[in-house]
Amino acid sequence: MPQDPTERRVVVTGPPRHPRRAFGYYRPRTEIDEQTTLGHTYVRSLMRSQLRAALAVFAVLVLLVGPLPLVFAATRNRSLEWAVLGFCLYPPLVLLARWYVRRAERNERDLVRLVEDR
Amino acid sequence: MNQNYAVPAVALVVLATVLVGAFGLRVSRTTSDFYVASRTVGPRLNAAAISGEYLSAASFLGIAGLVLVQGPGMLWYPVGYTAGYLVLLLFVAAPLRRSGAYTLPDFAEARLASRQVRRLAGGFVVGVGWLYLLPQLQGAGLTLAVLTGAPEPLGGVLVAVVVVATVAAGGMRSVTFVQAFQYWLKLTALLVPALFLAVSWQGDGAPRAAFAEPPAFRDQRVVRIDDTLDLRLAGPLDVTATGTVDGRRYAGRRVRLSAGVHRIGQGTRLAFERGDRVPAAVAGRGGDDGITAPAASGREERPLYATYGLILATFLGTMGLPHVVVRFYTSPHGVAARRTTVAVLALVGAFYLLPPVYGALGRLYAPELTLTGNADAAVLLLPGRMTGGLGGDLLGALVAGGAFAAFLSTASGLTMAVAGVLTQDVLPSRGVRHFRLGTLLAMAVPLAASVLVGGLPVADAVGLAFAVSASSFCPLLVLGIWWRRLTPPGAAAGMLIGGGSAFAAVAMTMAGHPGSGTPHTLLAWPALWSVPLGFLTMVLVSLATPGRVPPGTAAILARFHLPEDLRAEAEA
Repeated sequence: MPQDPTERRVVVTGPPRHPRRAFGYYRPRTEIDEQTTLGHTYVRSLMRSQLRAALAVFAVLVLLVGPLPLVFAATRNRSLEWAVLGFCLYPPLVLLARWYVRRAERNERDLVRLVEDR
Repeated sequence: MNQNYAVPAVALVVLATVLVGAFGLRVSRTTSDFYVASRTVGPRLNAAAISGEYLSAASFLGIAGLVLVQGPGMLWYPVGYTAGYLVLLLFVAAPLRRSGAYTLPDFAEARLASRQVRRLAGGFVVGVGWLYLLPQLQGAGLTLAVLTGAPEPLGGVLVAVVVVATVAAGGMRSVTFVQAFQYWLKLTALLVPALFLAVSWQGDGAPRAAFAEPPAFRDQRVVRIDDTLDLRLAGPLDVTATGTVDGRRYAGRRVRLSAGVHRIGQGTRLAFERGDRVPAAVAGRGGDDGITAPAASGREERPLYATYGLILATFLGTMGLPHVVVRFYTSPHGVAARRTTVAVLALVGAFYLLPPVYGALGRLYAPELTLTGNADAAVLLLPGRMTGGLGGDLLGALVAGGAFAAFLSTASGLTMAVAGVLTQDVLPSRGVRHFRLGTLLAMAVPLAASVLVGGLPVADAVGLAFAVSASSFCPLLVLGIWWRRLTPPGAAAGMLIGGGSAFAAVAMTMAGHPGSGTPHTLLAWPALWSVPLGFLTMVLVSLATPGRVPPGTAAILARFHLPEDLRAEAEA
């Protein structure tokens, strides 16, 4: 195991085809890498909070988009269809994406802070 | 259309593509540079590149044409193409980047440690990629034919040669520059003429008839019917016909057509008067061979079912498109991958504000395109039609250049992805030389298909690609990233049954089975049943084979979801 950090820099010249070898690259030091029960708990709680954020945004998307074809079919209002599908749907999509990214990054920061404080 | 300006514009785009690609070539040295640009592409450049790659012929020409023919309901296509990135961001973007894999087959192998699943995923990547390349090449042929009257395959061959040259020479890094450049080119090519068109629409008294159903002719116009088609008239109509109508020959005589369906013979010219309602072409015989139009006849029978099928396929299918996925590996880390996706949403959404403008103006100023079966040319023809003179020619040339940018960028992204899979999993050894061979192979097959099968309704290919991707890769990615109990047999069965049945369904529709009714609609829009089928099979087979959960699953999921700085922490 080289002491000089510059020696450890390796040029990866091909796609890693064997995941387990790629895994050995991260030397286990922390709970997470040693796959202890505590480490598992961290990963599970992060996954749960990320999945909750994703599902929340997805639910908003479904509620936003799902009824629209029914509404258009019921009202037969062509101008409304033009306006909603041609323009009005795009800003909410971008806003939802931004909200999710902020939320996901906060979840990750919280975890990093938790692990480092220990 | 004046080809004196359009041909130099197309030549300029091709030349600029080669030059920007060559600029990338100088900095492309290692294999890693070649495949994923050494993973140093920042969010802004990468977002422009992803958007440039994503906005294909279907977006640039197809949407306006579909809206022109079938009305605002077709605007679900651009909405779905955009919202697909939101779904991708929510469930896939960051973990996919952190998985450290290069392609979808790499992801499958890293997650499931199974060569068989890897090979199956590779097969689907190549299949979806080829299906998606075909309409790009045909769109290029159509554009060049409309612009210059060149034979149809020529445009496809031109695109194929340029793409193989840039991809094989520079790989991903040069492709990144080319794609980013082409996003801005495409946006400009639609935005600038759209502004001029809007001004001339204002000058025309801002007519709002585009929103009325059905459209009417705004001045006297002679329409040449290229292929025999059936017209449905809501009321009686007087036209001057030269050619065959309902089996009788006319030579420039005024004919009164009663309400109902009339068959117009090939090559017939119909002269409409100002204020005449534009008759509707009966679906299946014309007007529906747009670049994105998928089995339009199914729409008329079950419009709601078809709309929901379209929404599901585009929302969930985007994440599995091979040329989209491969781009995420070029981000430096998971956080950048997420931010890149938000930027992509904004860029793609901004672009999609423009095609509806062309579709709406097309309904006003070129309504006869619904009859000629050449509605995809609306974007190309409108500038000359509405502004006229030198200005119109120059704007038309700009649009033509943008259209070629669309074919080139999507085709090079797809070629890159397919070539990556071919090089790693099919050809014997890896390395840059084999990658070049893979590139050639990746393009040769769809090119041969487009030249050989020219007239087939490959229009359905884009819709098919989305449906297959939504039913095979979407379950694989979502369950692979979020579900610990996924097993290799489950993943393989889900991909085969979900993706395979979607593929079979649309293939049967394209081949003409069964003619009509509920089964036809079910097969033409498979996503609504094939996506749940794919998910369900994957979950059930995985639950039935609990012993086959790969041993490293916990560690791999930790790697997918943990932020990189935590890993760096662990390493120090």
